[in-house]
Amino acid sequence: MKDVDGAAAIVDPEVLSTSRVLGGHGRAPGSRGHAIPGVLGRLWRLDPRAYQIATLSGLLGYGVLWLEFDIDPLRVGVILLTAVVTQLAASAIAGRPQLDAKSALISGLSLCLLLRATEPALAELAAMIAVASKFVVRIRGKHVFNPTNFAIVAMMLVTGRVWVSPGQWGSAVVFAFLLASAGCLVVNRAGRADVAAIFLATHLGLVFGRSLWLGDPLSIPLHRLESGALVLFAFFMITDPKTTPDSRAGRAVFALLVAAGAYAIQFTLFRPDALLWSLAACSLTVPMIDRLLPGSRYRWPAAAGREAGQERALP
Amino acid sequence: MKRCAAVIAVLAVILPPTGALAFCGFYVARADTRLWNRTSQVVLVRHDNKTVITMANDYKGDLMEFAIVVPVPEILQREQIHVGDRALIDRLDAYSSPRLVEYFDDNPCARPPEQYQMQEQSRSAALMAPAPASRARSLGVTIEAQYTVGEYDILILSARESAGLETWLRESGYRLPTGAGQVLGSYLKQGMRFFVARVNLAEQARLGWSYLRPLQMAFESPRFMLPIRLGMLNADGAQELFVYTLTRKGRVEPTNYRAVRLPSDVELPVHVKQEFPQFYRAMFGEQVKKQDMRAVFLEYAWDMGWCDPCAADPLSADELRQLGVFWLADAASAPVPMPRALRLRGPSDVFVTRLHLRYDAKHFPDDLVFQETADRASFQGRYVLRNPWTGTDMCEAAVRYREALRARAEREAESLAALTGWPIDDIRRKARAAEGPVPADARPWWKSLWTR
Repeated sequence: MKDVDGAAAIVDPEVLSTSRVLGGHGRAPGSRGHAIPGVLGRLWRLDPRAYQIATLSGLLGYGVLWLEFDIDPLRVGVILLTAVVTQLAASAIAGRPQLDAKSALISGLSLCLLLRATEPALAELAAMIAVASKFVVRIRGKHVFNPTNFAIVAMMLVTGRVWVSPGQWGSAVVFAFLLASAGCLVVNRAGRADVAAIFLATHLGLVFGRSLWLGDPLSIPLHRLESGALVLFAFFMITDPKTTPDSRAGRAVFALLVAAGAYAIQFTLFRPDALLWSLAACSLTVPMIDRLLPGSRYRWPAAAGREAGQERALP
Repeated sequence: MKRCAAVIAVLAVILPPTGALAFCGFYVARADTRLWNRTSQVVLVRHDNKTVITMANDYKGDLMEFAIVVPVPEILQREQIHVGDRALIDRLDAYSSPRLVEYFDDNPCARPPEQYQMQEQSRSAALMAPAPASRARSLGVTIEAQYTVGEYDILILSARESAGLETWLRESGYRLPTGAGQVLGSYLKQGMRFFVARVNLAEQARLGWSYLRPLQMAFESPRFMLPIRLGMLNADGAQELFVYTLTRKGRVEPTNYRAVRLPSDVELPVHVKQEFPQFYRAMFGEQVKKQDMRAVFLEYAWDMGWCDPCAADPLSADELRQLGVFWLADAASAPVPMPRALRLRGPSDVFVTRLHLRYDAKHFPDDLVFQETADRASFQGRYVLRNPWTGTDMCEAAVRYREALRARAEREAESLAALTGWPIDDIRRKARAAEGPVPADARPWWKSLWTR
């Protein structure tokens, strides 16, 4: 399973690179092969994963140094190392010894940003689970859960000793992060921008709609949307092309389901981490959505290039 | 007579603390000045969905004009309401306060095993009849229950819509602040009821309390939150709020605001001992400013079974039960106050988190929502004084010590200035006055001429 190696934890950027092939049917919508001159062009041609890693690393650095995130540099290093080593081991077991560290790094960085644990070993275990889940939790050759989402939810359910601190983000950082994340989408040639857009529109609509109905001042829904966790979720997690439905219609249904589920969990059950629980639950519906609304499945562009468009099973 | 009812969600005061008890067994001092104005103290006891809330207030006005309106998730029965003892909140406050620890430098010439002495001081710190029921019904307001508990007359109200509720409250003599209708309406649509309490003067006189005791409520709700929106409507400027949570699993943190740890383990000039309450107030104000008034400060997170050093003894099982810690059914699982020398005892079934925030509607538009984490790591606001060795022995080590002392004094002054925003020159002047002249450098004048 060559393609497994390239499975990115949050969004697989290989999917989104310039030479992407969609199910053998040519270039992805929005991909542009023509040259863009100058610095912009060089940035454009940069591996999107490098951009993602830079964005997540910058945010993590800011969080640790300025926002006093409950994680120290040593633990960050150990978590990242654990993710990469797990990727290496799982690749070897799957018969693909070629190491793809970038996607494991994206998983690790996302866990460092989101997950808090009573003991360092739990965070390392989460990193192992995240990367391993790409290889193990699969239906019809496609992995079911976003790796980071799966690791966090599984660890919360099983151990009860990890948590997510949605309040850790200052409002000042959110706007900059939003820009950087939107930049990620641009660099990624809007690979799953439809999911992000539909989810965000629905989520915003529900949050503002609820406040309008309650007669709350505008400052309340605005405050609720000033969350780095929401931006991270919308641009780096729900947009994961490996776990979202294959067809655009399916993805629209999926984004609506996730937003509605999160609303129900937040405002009916009053549970924290509504977005994460909703995404995990809705991910289970993806195989059915794919069956009802079939579409072309993503292929890894590098591999696709090497194999000259041969059809193969994809994760 | 028009009754001026302060409609508040939480309104309380931080009280002068009980005497601090020192780690090594001697009492130093206590700050008996009022530290904060417009301050509320709330104790939230929570496990599963069961919540017990204790609200203390510092209301100073005419008791006839006192009233609170608190949104509650259900219609409370008589047994779900209690009037608590303010001393319990004082105990919790004293136990969890930021603390000052004092060490004494040894004679550098003697080099005995490291020994220190610690002290710590705690900081700190006739009514119109309600409109008749028929009128209530016509306005869509239902008086779900009516109790007299201690010195309070309590109504539990539900309403079809906020305008009716607002009208009924106004007709019953409550002077609602501007914008109250909108907030009441929001809570109504969220399915909440209203707990309205005012003082029964006859009961107050009969019971003989000279102040208002804290109100306690027990209920079950999936919502782990503290409604602060009503309280901000008639607030004149920012308010101070202390939230103490008592939980089983671990530290509690806000989910919709950023939590920041109070600066801790900082060495300060020894003269801070005389002005520790002022230091705490200035330091907190400075931190609030630094965070643009958008953070909730963690001041204490500790297993209730112990403390180190202790600003006050851990609360006893009986005190905790009175605060509503309902899972301490059997005394065996409860913390027991230990002799002072034996305060380091094993973990208990109660974890205390102390959160402190200064808030107004601009910076805290929404109610506070919390979550309990599994984190049982200890945290406290701890400030260290190091008393210099003042002996006159002369040896090479003493010379080096005195050199280091000057650098340390400067570091301590800079730390204090950075934490409080106090002018550093004032700090240096006070430090010099407190410590006396720094011992002269005993080395020959030329020793450091080219070696600095």
